Amino acid sequence: MFEVIFLQFLNGLDKGAAYALIALGLTLVFGTLGVVNFAHGALFMLGAFCAVMFRQFLTLETVTIDPTQTSPWGAPLEIRTPLVQAWFGDFGAVLVNYSVPFSILITIPIMLLVGIALERGIIKHFYKRPHAEQILVTFGLAIVAQEVIKSVFGPNPIPQPMPTDLRGAADIGSWIGFQANVITYPLWRLIYFLFSAIIIGGVFAFLQFTTFGMVVRAGMADRETVGLLGINIDRRFTIMFGLAAVVAGMAGVMYTPLLPPNYHLGMDFLVLSFVVVVVGGMGSLPGAVAAGFLLGILQSFASMTQIKAIVPGIDQIIIYLVAVVILLVRPRGLMGRRGVMES
Amino acid sequence: MTNFMSRNDLLLLLGFTAVVLTMPIWLTPFGAGYPDLLQRFMIYGIFAVGFNILFGLTGYLSFGHAAFFGVGSYAAVWSFKLLTLDAIPAMIFAVLISGLFALVIGFLSLRRSGIYFSILTLAFAQMSYNLAYSVLTPITNGETGLQLTLSDPRVLDAAIGQTYVGQPVPTLLGQQLGGYAGFYFCAGFLILSFFFAQRVAGSPFGMMLKSIKSNQTRMQFTGFNTRPYALSAFVISGMYAGLAGALLAVTDPLAGAERMQWTASGEVVLMTILGGVGTLVGPVIGAWIIKYFENILSALNDNILTQFWGFLPEGLADVVVKVTSKFVGDGWHLTLGLVFVVIVIFLPGGIMEGVRRIAAAARRSGPPGAKSRQQQPAE
Amino acid sequence: MANSNVVLHVADVHKRFGGLHALADIDLQVEEGKTHAIIGPNGAGKSTLLNVIIGKLAPSSGQVVFDGAILTGRKPYQINQLGIARVFQTPEIFSDLSVMHNVMIPAFAKRDGTFTLNMLRALDGETTIREEAEHMLEDVGMLNRRDMQAGSLSRGDKRRMELAMCLIQHPRLLLLDEPTAGMSRHDTNTTIELLKKIKSRGMTKVIIEHDMHVVFSLADKISVLAQGRIIADGTPDEVRGNPKVQEAYLGGAH
Repeated sequence: MFEVIFLQFLNGLDKGAAYALIALGLTLVFGTLGVVNFAHGALFMLGAFCAVMFRQFLTLETVTIDPTQTSPWGAPLEIRTPLVQAWFGDFGAVLVNYSVPFSILITIPIMLLVGIALERGIIKHFYKRPHAEQILVTFGLAIVAQEVIKSVFGPNPIPQPMPTDLRGAADIGSWIGFQANVITYPLWRLIYFLFSAIIIGGVFAFLQFTTFGMVVRAGMADRETVGLLGINIDRRFTIMFGLAAVVAGMAGVMYTPLLPPNYHLGMDFLVLSFVVVVVGGMGSLPGAVAAGFLLGILQSFASMTQIKAIVPGIDQIIIYLVAVVILLVRPRGLMGRRGVMES
Repeated sequence: MTNFMSRNDLLLLLGFTAVVLTMPIWLTPFGAGYPDLLQRFMIYGIFAVGFNILFGLTGYLSFGHAAFFGVGSYAAVWSFKLLTLDAIPAMIFAVLISGLFALVIGFLSLRRSGIYFSILTLAFAQMSYNLAYSVLTPITNGETGLQLTLSDPRVLDAAIGQTYVGQPVPTLLGQQLGGYAGFYFCAGFLILSFFFAQRVAGSPFGMMLKSIKSNQTRMQFTGFNTRPYALSAFVISGMYAGLAGALLAVTDPLAGAERMQWTASGEVVLMTILGGVGTLVGPVIGAWIIKYFENILSALNDNILTQFWGFLPEGLADVVVKVTSKFVGDGWHLTLGLVFVVIVIFLPGGIMEGVRRIAAAARRSGPPGAKSRQQQPAE
Repeated sequence: MANSNVVLHVADVHKRFGGLHALADIDLQVEEGKTHAIIGPNGAGKSTLLNVIIGKLAPSSGQVVFDGAILTGRKPYQINQLGIARVFQTPEIFSDLSVMHNVMIPAFAKRDGTFTLNMLRALDGETTIREEAEHMLEDVGMLNRRDMQAGSLSRGDKRRMELAMCLIQHPRLLLLDEPTAGMSRHDTNTTIELLKKIKSRGMTKVIIEHDMHVVFSLADKISVLAQGRIIADGTPDEVRGNPKVQEAYLGGAH
């Protein structure tokens, strides 16, 4: 029985990690800028498509015709060589194989730029406008982003292979004293979980230990006072928006081997991540992380056949149900500050 | 008469009625004079008018109204299956069920306001959508969608000995509701809906809704319990959504869960904002424009574009065709998204505000006599 | 002790926020038809006291009784329906609506109660309420602004309109929270004139204020609050001569 429970727990981790990463950025943007960003799911989706784009670029091929040889059906032999392989030799092959993790390198600058452009171009004009209008404009932006992706990459999901060496499963059970092959867990999911732990740790460390982070936290607590100190909080908040976009983008990149991305990936995750933020408490970073994992794991348990036999359909609604109950009973969420968005 | 309806309201209603009933004539030159599209104009017009009562008047942004639309559709199809193919019982049944549904969801969601209200409605709608696809399959028929079959019981029809051959089609007093008959049936309901919305907006009740949007605190300290007002608005708009959903089932008796998805709720938000939130006519115009361009733009293809841009030099024409093709056909949602963003940023009052601004500009540059009649509000 | 014509009785009210004793041992009796001012330096607890009276804050102990009814635990709209209207420090008005509608709305609350589904009649057909609102606007000298959007009024006009919104309900008790805060001298004087005018109608008023000019031109009775306690109570002349009051005002941070 313990094995079963432990396995469900593990199964919830990677989804929870994705929820936590998206919700982290969402709640960061709300806490710093006071903006309800319905385009945040789109940033996750754009990150995923950075990986797609990178791989498509890596797998561009040159076709050379070797007149001295012929193919089995008599035509001159075409030799297809990926460009990177032609340029970098074996390293090129490794690059293609590890395209997903490597694409993080291009995702960071791209998402930073997208985030900053979005904030400077549009979002900043909405700081003082009502939440409803923020929702509307970011919802519109989300539609634009997903339609642009659809028109470039088409409507179908584009599978991203994980690196060949990382395809197996980790025998986690044997590490902690169970028999071999009782509790196994796909290696990439484990990597995703560790990756998210590093990112989350990094964001917290950044906010905790740098001057920049200190100012931002002070700004989250009391924007006006910080402004009175003569600190240019606006520019720092712009960078925070960029950072949130980068975190969402990286979360999207690494998720691609688990779920082939399509253009409406962002909208699919948006609602869930909002629910996560609300459950954790609007503007609370630890709340977002805790709620992300909590809901991921809850969802995993709810989809057990034993549970579904008792409460049919619970796996379909568990997350929303938790959100509704939290909102009605404790609107500031699990870890939200008293008085913030409690009405 | 003034006790019931002002002269201006009456004129507006008559004008609206005339415009709607003559649509098959004046929309033909625009390529939209066919019943299928006209029916959708009516249906989504009703949806938007009702949504505006909640969002436009009361100020609550719901992202879950597609759920009531979907419930209306299912309820109507069940009425066709179990009771009779006549449309009137189906409409009544659908409006009642969706009203009940809205009462429960509204009661819970309205315990919060602002963004929390939006997220609550979103969560309830997603729950309904997910359940419709999974455990509620006996009621919704899951992914296939609920449809009519010859073997449905239809107890009322059976009681009067009515039998059918071929594919069952909804009727009104024996008259089949396809084509233009379907359009006029829907048009009647749109006009009725519009009239009722006018009544709401022009009554003391409507003024209370507007005051809730304007200043909820003052409302409470003025002696009003705001909760039942907001809940009434929520239920009324939910019933409108149910009515629209039922009409969609009348014109095309198949109900699927996809019309309950939250992005479908987003669409009615787009319609209302595009046309002019808080105005009576705006949401209807928004619905018409979106449904019109959805049909027209999505039907455009590269061949048509090449013809259209044919007057340009060859190289340039190719480029222009390539660029514009991204915004039409399947890409028309991109156009919609862009227009929407531009509207929210620059023209939050939508098309109606645009019209007002143009009218004001025209008046200012008009004859001096018109100018002096304008009241200049002092700052 | 209980006086027959006491209409509002704040009885032994204490209010603590965590360790902070914001209000201590407050006992206040407001007599029918009188204007009772509560003054005190900033941070003395005036706003807390007002919020306790109108039910926005629950007292830690003690209670507030209005004409035999305990106010504690009632919702703002219920308190209003008992006959208590309130003017806020920053005017709470319906900025998007016209001045006329702003004044009509409270009249509906008075006539129809907390909730009615009044959809059958057109707003234009509500002639009685319309006329009432017009009279009220004339009273406060704003009839010429009836069609303006309330949000575009000057601060003084917003206050006058808010007063009209309260007066049209003919409340038995009117609470005024710093009615002249942030106003120019001119607006302050017109507001005082207006308040004097309605004083003659015998309506009970409680005014929270720190502008002495306003207080001494209006109040029948003054209670002085300092550090959460009432340190003096009496007619304007009594209070003026009270050494404790002078100390609180001169010694305290003002």
